[in-house]
This record gives sequence, C-alpha cells and structure tokens, in this order.
Amino acid sequence: MRITSLFAAFFALLLVSLAAPSFAQQPVDPKPLIDQLAKANFSQAEDLIGKMAAAGDARVVPVLQAFTDGDLYVRKTDNLVFIGKTAGNGFELVEPLTGESAGQVAKNAVTKIKVNNSLRRAIRSAMGGLTLLSPDRSVRLQAADAVMRSPSSENLELIEAALAKETDAEVKARMEEARAVSVLSSDRSVEEKRDAIQTIKDLGGRNALGILNTISGSIDPALTADVEAAVAALQSEQQLWDMAQNIWYGLSLGSVLLLAAIGLAITFGVMGIINMAHGEMVMLGAYSTFVVQQVIRDSAPALFEWSLAIALPVAFLVTGAVGFLIERGVIRFLYGRPLETLLATWGVSLILQQAIRSIFGPTNQEVGNPSWMTGSFPLGGMTITWNRMWIILFSLSIFFALLFLMKKSAYGLNMRAVTQNRRMASSMGIRTPWVDALTFALGSGIAGIAGVALSQIDNVSPNLGQSYIIDSFMVVVFGGVGNLWGTLVGALSLGVLNKFLEPSVGAVLGKILVLVLIILFIQKRPRGLFALKGRAVEA
Amino acid sequence: MITNFILRALDGKITLTVAILLVVAALVPALNLLTTPDSALHIPTYAMSLMGKYLCYALLALALDLVWGYCGILSLGHGAFFALGGYAMGMYLMRQIGSRGVYGNPELPDFMVFLNWKELPWFWYGFDWFPFAMLMVLVVPGLLAFVFGWFAFRSRVNGVYLSIITQAMTYALMLAFFRNDMGFGGNNGLTDFKDILGFPVQADGTRAVLFAMSAIMLSLCLLVASAITHSKFGKVLVGVRDAESRVRFLGFRVENIKLFTFVVSAMFAGIAGALFVPQVGIINPGEFAPANSIEVVVWTAVGGRGTLIGPIIGAILVNAGKSFFTGAFPEIWLFALGGLFIAVTLFLPKGIVGTIRQGWTSRKTLRAAADQEKGRGTALLPQAAE
Repeated sequence: MRITSLFAAFFALLLVSLAAPSFAQQPVDPKPLIDQLAKANFSQAEDLIGKMAAAGDARVVPVLQAFTDGDLYVRKTDNLVFIGKTAGNGFELVEPLTGESAGQVAKNAVTKIKVNNSLRRAIRSAMGGLTLLSPDRSVRLQAADAVMRSPSSENLELIEAALAKETDAEVKARMEEARAVSVLSSDRSVEEKRDAIQTIKDLGGRNALGILNTISGSIDPALTADVEAAVAALQSEQQLWDMAQNIWYGLSLGSVLLLAAIGLAITFGVMGIINMAHGEMVMLGAYSTFVVQQVIRDSAPALFEWSLAIALPVAFLVTGAVGFLIERGVIRFLYGRPLETLLATWGVSLILQQAIRSIFGPTNQEVGNPSWMTGSFPLGGMTITWNRMWIILFSLSIFFALLFLMKKSAYGLNMRAVTQNRRMASSMGIRTPWVDALTFALGSGIAGIAGVALSQIDNVSPNLGQSYIIDSFMVVVFGGVGNLWGTLVGALSLGVLNKFLEPSVGAVLGKILVLVLIILFIQKRPRGLFALKGRAVEA
Repeated sequence: MITNFILRALDGKITLTVAILLVVAALVPALNLLTTPDSALHIPTYAMSLMGKYLCYALLALALDLVWGYCGILSLGHGAFFALGGYAMGMYLMRQIGSRGVYGNPELPDFMVFLNWKELPWFWYGFDWFPFAMLMVLVVPGLLAFVFGWFAFRSRVNGVYLSIITQAMTYALMLAFFRNDMGFGGNNGLTDFKDILGFPVQADGTRAVLFAMSAIMLSLCLLVASAITHSKFGKVLVGVRDAESRVRFLGFRVENIKLFTFVVSAMFAGIAGALFVPQVGIINPGEFAPANSIEVVVWTAVGGRGTLIGPIIGAILVNAGKSFFTGAFPEIWLFALGGLFIAVTLFLPKGIVGTIRQGWTSRKTLRAAADQEKGRGTALLPQAAE
C-alpha cells in the first residue's frame, strides 16, 4: 500500500518534470533568431520579430519587452544579443532566453539595438500573439486585450489558433472579440467582416464605439451601412448608459442631501424649530468620527476597518446629548416663537463652531476611509464608487429606520400626538417636555450619524456644517414640512435635477437654477411638495 | 401735506435721535478735520470710517426693522439688497477709475481686461454718470424686492417659508456674483477705487463728507420710516403683523401693503450699501453671504424690533463690540456673539429699547395706579402683608 502510493507520487513528480520542458519544447529554437537581431536593419528586424512570433515560444516575451524598452544590447566581442540592465557604470547582461546572468560589462563593450515606432508596433502585436498561448489564464486575457487594442492581420491567425485551443469560456469570449477586431483590419471576406461587426457591436461600451469609428473610414464600401447601423445602435446605448450614470450621480448627491436634511426634517419639520445649529450637529458627528479614529489608531489599529461602525453610536450619543442640552437649556423657552428659535440656534451654532475651532484648530482634519469604502466597480457602462454606493444605502436605511420609529413605535406615537395637539397629548398623560427633549435629541443624533457618513466624502473642518445648512432647509421646505416622505423625494429629486443641469450649464449655474426653481416652486405650492392637510397647516 | 406727514412722525424720541445724528454728522467730521492729530479731541480718520460703517449697518438694520418689526416679514435676505446697492455704487466708482487701472484701459475695468473682454457689457452703461448710478442704488434693490415680493406675497408665502426663500435668494445671488462671467468682478468684486465725484476716495475730506452723508441719510430714512409707521398706513401695517387674516377680511389688500413696505425697506438697504462701499473701499460677493443677513437680524433683535431706534442702537453696539473683541480677544468674539443671540432671545425678547420702554410704561402705569389709590384712600386696599 505504502509502496504503491510512494511509487505514484514519484511517478507524478516525474510526469510534472517531464511535462514542463515538453510544454516549452517548440519546433523552432528562437535563440538564433534573437542573435540575428544584432546585425539586422529595421525591416529585417521586423521580419525576425514576425518569425519569433510564428515560432510561438513564450520565452521570447521578455526579450521582446526588453526590445521595446530599449534594453537589448549586442556584445561587441561575439555579436551575441543580451538583455542589459544598468549596474554601476556598466551593464549587467542577462541571457535572453534563460534569464541567467552573463556578467557585467563596461558601457562601451556593448551596442544598443535601436528600436523605432514601427518596430514597437510589430513587437506589441507579436507579444499579443505569443501570450495568447500562455498557460496562465490572466496572461491570456491580457493578451486578448492587447490584440484588441492593436489589431493586425498577422495576429488574426495567432488568435484563431489560440481560439481553437481555448477552453475557458471567459477567455474565449474575449478572444472572439479580439478576433472580430482583427478580422476587420484583415482582407477577409465581406461576410466574415459583417459577423465581426456584429460581434463588436455586441461587445458594447465606449471601446467598441471607438473601434467602429476608427475603421468606418477605411472599411469596404459594402459594409459602410452595417458599420453605421452598429455605430448608431452603440451610440444610443451609450446615451442610455450616460443617462444612467447621471441618474446615479444625482441619486448619490440626493442621498447626501437626504443625510444632511433628515435630522432637520425632525427638528424643523416635525417640531417647527428653525434649527440653524443643525449643520453644526453634522459637524460634531464628523469630528466624533475623527476622534474615534484617532483613538483607534493609537490603541487598536486592528479595529480601523470597523472605525465607522464604532463611530456611529458614538456620534449619535454625542450629538444627541448636545441636542438634549440645547433643547433643555434654550429651545424649550421658545416654543411658539419659531422665528426666535432661528436667532437662538444661530447663536448656538456660532458657539459650537468656535468651540471646535478652539479645540481642534481651524484646519481640515484627516478622516481615513476603511478599505471597503474605497475603490470602484464597473456596472455595465458605468463606474460605481464604493463610498457613494454605501452612502446611498446608508442614507436609505437611516430614512427607513426613522420612518419605522415614527410610525410604529410607542415613542413615535407620543411624538406625533404632541406635535398634532400638545394640550390634548398632555391631558392624555404624555410627558410633553420629555417628548420634546427626546425628539430634539433624536433629530440632532441623526444629524450626527449623517456627519459620520459625510466625513468620508467631505473635508472635516469647523465650517463643515455651514455648507449643508441651506441645502438642508431647501430640501425640507421643498419636500413639505412635517413629512418624511417629502424629504426623501425632495432630496433625491433635487440631487438628480442638479446633476442633469450640471453638464449643460455648469455646476454653479446649475445650483443657482435649482435655487431659483425652488423659490418659484414655493410660490406655487407654499407648503412644499407633500403638504400636510387639515388643522396642522394653521398651527 | 408732506411736511405734515413728516411732522406727525416727530415724537420725542425720534426728534432726539435725529438731532443726535445731525450733531454727530457735523461734529465728528469737524473734530477729524479741524483739530490737530495730537489734540485730545481729535478723531482719527480710520475711526471716523469705522463709525461711518456702523451708521451704514444701522441704516440696514432700520430697513429690516421696517419689514420685520412692523410688518412681520422676517427677511433673511436683506444683505442682498445692501450688496446690490453697494454694487451699483461700486460700478460707478469703477467707471471713475478710467485709464488709471493697472492695465490702463480707458473704457474697461481691470478685471474685464484680465478676462479678455472687448467691450463693456450693456448693464454697465450709464454707470459713469453719478445721478444714474444713484438712481440704480434705489431701483435695483427695489426692483428685486418688487418682483420677489410680488410673487411671494401674492401666493401668501408666510413666516418661516418666506424667511427661507429670502435666504435662498441671497444665497443664489452670492453664487451668481462669484462667477467671473457675470461681469461684476467675480470673486474679487470691485475695488481699487480712486474718485467719487472728482474727489479722491481716500482723502480725509471725502471721508468726512461720506461720514456726514451716512449720518444724514440715516436720519432721513429714520424720518421716512417713522412717518410711515405713524401714519394710518402704519396702523394697518401693525395689523398685518399681528393678525394678517383679520386685516384681509376687513378689506385691505394685505399683499400690496406688504409689497410696498418690502420695496421701501429694500431701497433703504440699497442706500446703506451705497454709502458703505466708498467708506470700506471694496464690495465683493461675500456681502451676499446668508450669514451676513442673519447678523442683521441679530442687531435688530438686540436693539429691539418694532422700535425704529432700537435697531440703530443694536447695530452700533454689536458692531462696536465686534471691533473691540476681534481686536482684543479674537477667540472669544464668536462665543460672545453666540451668547448674545441666546441671551437676547431668552431674556430680552423685546430688545434693549423695547425692554426699557416696557419698563417705563409699567412704572408709569404703576405710579398712576398708586396715585389713584391714594386719592381714594386706603379703605379698599387689602391689608399689607404681615
């Protein structure tokens, strides 16, 4: 038993060691071809490169790479070709195929093999062809891409040969596309080219459009109509993707607006306090994130990926507590005088700003992004960055959590009762001052949570809140005071509108237009998009 | 008729204030120009300019008091009217530079040369003529207020909503004026002024006259505002503030009343801006910042809204405090200002003047009541506490 398994292992090892060289074994040895480069002029060199490519030995790839980079040298003593690397005053020479060192030489002992652009092009397509046969899947994928970027009729045969052997579905699809591109620049039949156009069209995206646009001038007149149809189809598809991308940017901006405004939808929308300190609550949330990250960096760097998750409750508690103090200390004396809450909370906001400036300094603080917040991924024809993606999801989840709290919990019921009819609610045994304080704390806490998210995409400075306060008020007023759904719709539609105006009129003018539109809209519907009906209107 | 209208406005306090303002208008320039710098009574030019600035702010606060204190419209966009008046004046001053600019272009202001503009935009025409520029100081803010108010008051946009869209208005204007291609100097605004009516802007004499003009315009506007509020129209105005629906049901056109007041107030603000610009030497889009307009609301609230004199006192006090604190304890200024806002709204809802007035009236009524009691004898008084 043991002997058989040992024997099997030995046999397997033997097979592997045999298999490796057998893969590299090729009918033509490329070494003489490489050495002929020493005396070749440009056109001969191009021939040689073609022959090397035809030999199909993947070992010449680094040689060709060195050739394009201008690192290929001829040793004057024996006219052999080496790859040279600068080492000290001379060169370290490397055997081209084996990669073994051939010792150091002085600068004047070697001559550089010159390369020009037409050679570089030949090399690129030769390398594309060679690597198509590589055993490494990712190399084959890259090679197919390389062929697609620089199609040529020489590559066509290579890629067809590679296609015949290819088994991996994804690589095969990519190669089919590369083949189609090559077919178009070859002298194949019209039918084949027509198929190729179809394949490229199915590929879609800006690349396909670019390919078709470049060939449309030089194509067989019989195919012009096909190319034009394909280009038109691709263009309309591209427009759709651009539109989708624009909507995505709009939603992303809208979710930022939603985050900034949602706390205000409670303090201003539900409670009727013109809370000018709302922006500062967002800022406090962002600074809480900063402090949490500082602590984590100093004491537990391993937790950094979790820093935002830790910062969320911290920010909620900090800003909620500050909000509670503001309500108990200032606002509770001002109920029924909404315009005066504006003054008092503006005063609060100045104090908070100056306090943060005194503690942390006036400069921007660095808040890090965890790795899952960075980078992007493609979705069809658009690119989606992770941080925007998370912020959209996050703002929506905050929104729905808040909606649930307001509509389904006992506390939400109390809160709605107090806003609808304070005295009646009080008679029913609801502690209205307590509900007021908690509601204001809740609105502030949510602003703080928003600050955690906004710290990821904005500068964390004492002025952070100022940049959001006006937008937030616009969103709440536009959506309709006292209506959470209005805030959602208002934020998202303002975001999308802004992004759709931006390409045609520019960012600043787009923003001005949005403001003017809101002003006009308020004339038409003085109570916003979703006005509360009934007695609450007159309250 | 008009004299009658104005004369009726002159109750004791207004007369006193106007008198003080006129004395200041004469005395401060005199002390600046006629005394030597080492004299104890000398007022240095920078101090006079600073006071001139306060007077412009006072006029702005007075303008706000007219709409907020008497008509109940809390405008968070009065800074916009102020800045527009300032820009109108600034445009006149820019045109007076002529070929003395950095680029020496006789026709175009420097920033236009810099932006490679070839000719003057149409909206700059006429601003080299002083009377036209002064007309624009009134017309531009007035027109904006008219258009804005026409729409807003007709659709019965009220209270908080109105405050917020006025804020949106000034914010939108700020963004617009920051753009270079608006033709108002973009980010840098208008500056480097040389002459006003042929007199150099920097000279002591010109500054003295500008100061005197500020004080005189302030007293004039105070008289007009006082005349408005003391007239029958003023009574209706207060009615609109306190019970808008009721005034409407009595047959008054509330939107026209509001519109008139709003436009007058915007013009006052425009005048304030026009006097402000030559004294500080620059106007830039920062003046449109919503925070500035909110600060005006605070001056008015501190002084006492609905009193006309209060906002003047409030603006001067707060700004003097600002100058002092930002010089002496820059860290503390925002704490002090923020604290002031809170303290005033909580403890002095009627402002300084309003509270003093209330104190006077309640003392008067108390005394009157006490006299009455004495006359009747003590029989009806309850026993004093034992």
